[in-house]
Amino acid sequence: MKFRVERDVLADAVAWTARTLPVRPSVPVLAGMLLDAGEHDGRQRLRLSSFDYEVSAQVAVDIDVEEPGTTLVSGRLLAEITRNLPPQTVEISTDGAKVVVSCGSAKFTLLTLPVEDYPTLPAMPEMTGTVGSDVFAAAVSQVAVAAGRDDTLPMLTGVRIEIEGDKVTLASTDRYRLAVRELTWKPQDPELSAVALVPAKTLADTAKSLTSGAEVSIALSAAESGEGMIGFSGGGRRTTTRLLEGDFPKYRALLPDSFNSVAEVQKAEFVEAVKRVSLVAERNTPLRLAFADGRLVLEAGTGDEAQAVEVLEAGLEGDDIQIAFNSAFLLDGLNAIDSDIARLQFTTSTKPAIITGKPADDGGASDYRYLIMPVRLSG
Amino acid sequence: MRGAVTASGIEPLDLTTVSDEDCPILHIDMDAFFAGVEELKHPWARGRPVIVGGTGGRGVVASANYAARRFGVHSAMPMSRALRACPDAVVFPPDGASYRRVSAAVMDILRSVTPEVEPLSLDEAFLDVSGARRRLGGPVRVATLIRERIRTEQRLTCSVGVASTKFVAKLASTHCKPDGLLFVPARHVRAFLHPLPLGALWGVGDKTEQTLARLGLRTIGDVAATPPETLRRELGVALGDRLAALSQGRDERRVVTDAPDKSIGAEETFAEDVADAGRIGRELLRLSEKVARRLRATGQVGRTVVVKLRRDDFTTITRSRTLPDYTDVGREISATARSLYAAAGLDGARLRLVGVRVEGLRAAAGVHRQLALDEPESGWRDAERVMDLVARRFGPAALRPAVLAERDEDDV
Repeated sequence: MKFRVERDVLADAVAWTARTLPVRPSVPVLAGMLLDAGEHDGRQRLRLSSFDYEVSAQVAVDIDVEEPGTTLVSGRLLAEITRNLPPQTVEISTDGAKVVVSCGSAKFTLLTLPVEDYPTLPAMPEMTGTVGSDVFAAAVSQVAVAAGRDDTLPMLTGVRIEIEGDKVTLASTDRYRLAVRELTWKPQDPELSAVALVPAKTLADTAKSLTSGAEVSIALSAAESGEGMIGFSGGGRRTTTRLLEGDFPKYRALLPDSFNSVAEVQKAEFVEAVKRVSLVAERNTPLRLAFADGRLVLEAGTGDEAQAVEVLEAGLEGDDIQIAFNSAFLLDGLNAIDSDIARLQFTTSTKPAIITGKPADDGGASDYRYLIMPVRLSG
Repeated sequence: MRGAVTASGIEPLDLTTVSDEDCPILHIDMDAFFAGVEELKHPWARGRPVIVGGTGGRGVVASANYAARRFGVHSAMPMSRALRACPDAVVFPPDGASYRRVSAAVMDILRSVTPEVEPLSLDEAFLDVSGARRRLGGPVRVATLIRERIRTEQRLTCSVGVASTKFVAKLASTHCKPDGLLFVPARHVRAFLHPLPLGALWGVGDKTEQTLARLGLRTIGDVAATPPETLRRELGVALGDRLAALSQGRDERRVVTDAPDKSIGAEETFAEDVADAGRIGRELLRLSEKVARRLRATGQVGRTVVVKLRRDDFTTITRSRTLPDYTDVGREISATARSLYAAAGLDGARLRLVGVRVEGLRAAAGVHRQLALDEPESGWRDAERVMDLVARRFGPAALRPAVLAERDEDDV
């Protein structure tokens, strides 16, 4: 194997592929990155792959192939090296059981891992539809924030993707909050109806890393074809992820449809005030909000500890309300809305509240909803 | 010594005729506690004189077993003198961590009898067992049961005094040491007290003893026969009144349990080692329910669940997880405990003992609770509170999770 490639192109591709390398590989070959130089799709290309049996990543870049071939080297080391090479043409070639990377006056010799032991990457499922890459990345990050991190409840560590024709709904919850985002996409089959539960962290990383192309193709394996898998591709990059199993909560029933109070607050001011006041809130002590008379009073701490209070202007329709939240959960919701004005809808102080952005036209519904459970104050 | 005080001195106990309704106070005192723990850690030292204490130039004896005491060794004695009296003694430096661990296990046994436990130190506690009658029987029976459990589960002996007041119960346990049980019926309190020396009175130190000796008083009976005015004049109102009351066997102090716990736990040593994961899971559920019941009874909630697993070769591992929120719900504790067991990689290993402990305690009244989306308006917490009410009347076995129910031959 022997080929030449520009340093920036190589470094980008290697860095992206290396993201999914396992930190503690269950078998040593999984620490490797597979380099395959040759004719792919009628062009001279280098294909880089990584795989840990959960997530696979593959990227193809144009190169000049002198001698086609395949090799497996330590992915972390290759990523470190390519990131630090001078901005010149890189030549990579095999020399017996070694790989030589030369660039300018620098030359590295790397050991190889046995290619024949490397697992075959899963085939990409058939393309199901496409969505704008920026819209997708934004939507996923809005929802993934509410996903659980507790591996003992695996179904809560995922983002549920529901597809009904050209409508996609993303949802996740950790039992204390629930984020739901609706968006439109272009399905291959306008009648398509499908669901998938994708690990939230992987999905968020993937969506963010696929914004180099204008669109992302989503490929969902049919449920009956064995193990569930979802693939994403765009800008020459493709990645697959195993789906999570388990029953996602029936979240639509949890979204209240009537409210006793609706408040509106300037988001930036609100976020700053929450951060300040919660400085005195110890772990597990809540932030208390009181909406009345066109004002929002934020308070934290009690008589036995440090206390803080801050007052903001706030619009209020309906009943006065006093309610307490975990301040980190509240901040996650406020930061996720896509509007300068936060709208908060309440029923009672022990029922879920909903945070949305104020829609551009007043009658319209928001495509993003963040439901947050309050903290019940003792005594 | 095991016995009961009667009009004609101390006689052997007859559990069938004992009338102990008005004597619900127990004083439990571990026998030579530190030395006993060291003997367990170092079986080769068993039967030999064992002394625990500082070995430096000014070291003093913290504890000595009965073999050492026969040579006149007692606690607070300088180590150098103790070793002159008993040169063959095995000396161990104090190992606080071990003593605390065993003490916690002993206190757990006491708290499984009643939540009314007042620990005085690592090796001593008062109990008020009035509430355990329906479930376990009268105070003397409960005392017998506690001694039996401490002996089989911790392989240590203790002495228990049973009386109507804390003061008399404590004197009784001292009187019957080691490995004893002494029941002082309320009507024989004076007969028991009056021959005892003044020093046995709670609050009488050297100085007070000298003052009383000047008045010609040598026994508790002498104090009881002295007019209260005289005692007040000589000792001041507070102490004078107190000694007058104590010498008559009156002691109004109640068993107070408000000392905050650092943790609450329960453990079970299987009669035979168990490898079956299903059975171990059920035992973890049972222990979790027990711990949760005690958390609720004492108005506490905790955040960290600790599981203790001891293999048949005595190697012990503990695993813990801190929950996102404080809890006193058995369901939540047992779910965590079982997942810790599942993750410990002891599947199929033969276990001798399992334990569940909740740490990071605080008063339930001071804890705000993050509500969860899928939490019904009334959930497990409320169900378990109802179980508490039932358990208070009919004992913890009356109502429990179905998987813990034992099948009866009559069940269809």
